Amino acid sequence: MSAEKLEEFDNRIIFAKTLIALANEDPKIVVVCNDSVGSSNLTEFRDLFPDRLIDVGIAEQNMVGVAAGLANSGFTPFVCAAAPFLTGRALEQIKADVVYTHTNVKLCGMSPGISYGELGPTHHSIEDIAWMRALDSLPIVLPADEAQTESAVRWAAKMAGPVFMRIGRFKVPSVSQGQSPAFIPNKAMRIIDGEDISIIATGTLVSRAITAAGQLKAEGISARVINLSTVSPLDTKEILAAAKETKAIITAEEAVTRGGAGGAIAEFVVQNHPTPMKLMGIDSFAPTGSASYLLEHFGLTADAIAAAARELLKNGR
Amino acid sequence: MPMSTREIADLAREIRIQILHTIKGAGMGHIGGDFSVTDILATLFGAVLNVDPKEPNKADRDRLILSKGHAAVALYSTLAMRGFFPIEELKTFAKPLSKLNGHPNRNKVPGVESNTGPLGHGFPIAVGTAIGAQLANNGSRSFVIMGDGELQEGSNWEAAMFAGHRKLTNLIAVIDRNGFQQGSPTSKTNELDPLDKKFEAFGWEVCVVDGHDYVALLKAFTDPQTKPRAVIAQTTKGKGVDFMEGKAEWHHKVPSAEQYTEALSQLGKP
Repeated sequence: MSAEKLEEFDNRIIFAKTLIALANEDPKIVVVCNDSVGSSNLTEFRDLFPDRLIDVGIAEQNMVGVAAGLANSGFTPFVCAAAPFLTGRALEQIKADVVYTHTNVKLCGMSPGISYGELGPTHHSIEDIAWMRALDSLPIVLPADEAQTESAVRWAAKMAGPVFMRIGRFKVPSVSQGQSPAFIPNKAMRIIDGEDISIIATGTLVSRAITAAGQLKAEGISARVINLSTVSPLDTKEILAAAKETKAIITAEEAVTRGGAGGAIAEFVVQNHPTPMKLMGIDSFAPTGSASYLLEHFGLTADAIAAAARELLKNGR
Repeated sequence: MPMSTREIADLAREIRIQILHTIKGAGMGHIGGDFSVTDILATLFGAVLNVDPKEPNKADRDRLILSKGHAAVALYSTLAMRGFFPIEELKTFAKPLSKLNGHPNRNKVPGVESNTGPLGHGFPIAVGTAIGAQLANNGSRSFVIMGDGELQEGSNWEAAMFAGHRKLTNLIAVIDRNGFQQGSPTSKTNELDPLDKKFEAFGWEVCVVDGHDYVALLKAFTDPQTKPRAVIAQTTKGKGVDFMEGKAEWHHKVPSAEQYTEALSQLGKP
């Protein structure tokens, strides 16, 4: 299965289309944003529902508080803002007004990870998963492709309570063809079965993990690929199966591994079925470069995942 | 049926007595700020807010968000006096596993709208409920009560700017202007004045009132609005007990046995 040859999509496009469809179905759906109509791809939503797009301007704390108030009033606000500013600037509002108060606010971290490339570490959102994971029982959803994005947004609109979602701008191919539904809440999706090693990937790294598994297969290594589209709550059944049924686990994510998806899996594995692991992710503020360049720089490529798998199986680390 | 000012005064006295009992019983609380905000809460819950203790989450209720969440005991005492939960429950304040935490929790206490505590959170939420009421077109009004020191938080000015921009005529921000923050006067820490001009510059209409004058408070809370309104309620920290009034140390001091008896006699019915 060669992911590189497939057409690639910016998940923000299907995100906006889905929000419009939902808004047509449900008058309680509203959007709250921070001067991010363009970057969140919400121009059409604003044109169709001018009263239901509340743009607070460049003011993230107010944005999240206003969303909490709208939820208190019975609305279902989707907060759409660049992930670093949503999760960093408004972290205390997310903690107190949304998660602790348990308001029905959908936090959509747009353009997460290192997708802002050359704009640099101020605009990268590599800490968001660790920060959100520290909050009590906040679902964290990382759709890996178009179909998962649509399905996850529809699920979020229906479930009562807060959720954090990453909506990627970095173009990715479809990784959930043939899976229906594309996204199942609280479930990790096993895309390829295998018995030598498990590669558990999130978001942009899923298609790269699939490619890596293809490379390994040619060498006679059977790699299981799991799309961890929900980090919290963790699908412990699937993780435990990976630990028990394969010899080692690689995690791959566009985020810091300390506290991220890799951290979450390691915390579980070490306490339940210790297994050799390699956590792949981003370990420092990025140098200058495009998103593609930076993914390579941090070793988040199919080649690097395959190399890590060989090494882990050979040396146990 | 709204209370008369005489009835509001009686309610306020009962609330202060409950605050005193509750803080004495728990050995903790923010009595100075509780007493400064009491008359504001009594006026709102006695004669202004469209709220129903039997249906605390009805969709078109007015919203009261206590942004100065450290005055939780004042809010709890007011809610209990108005029938949102049994007065007896006040005795559990701050005890292990009580619903009545040191700061209010919406998911445990009927009548609480948001889990406040960190300062600068209530104002944006009230802007959200005010916008929500306009979208729902249900006539609900939103009130947020802030401490004056709290206005040093920048998030409030984000909210003030946006409410002014949206001309939210169903929003009232009440500032409990007791002049003190935790350790010292606001004027010595980070001056807020001219507070009225700041709000006016953000597109608000401003009423400066005696925060212990029920007639003035009622008028400020019910006069028709053409803009969001800031009610700067000039209050006295520790109001109602002479040895607490205007004393910074009564921010969160607990009265001794003698002080308790003396305070009770000062608060007692005339």
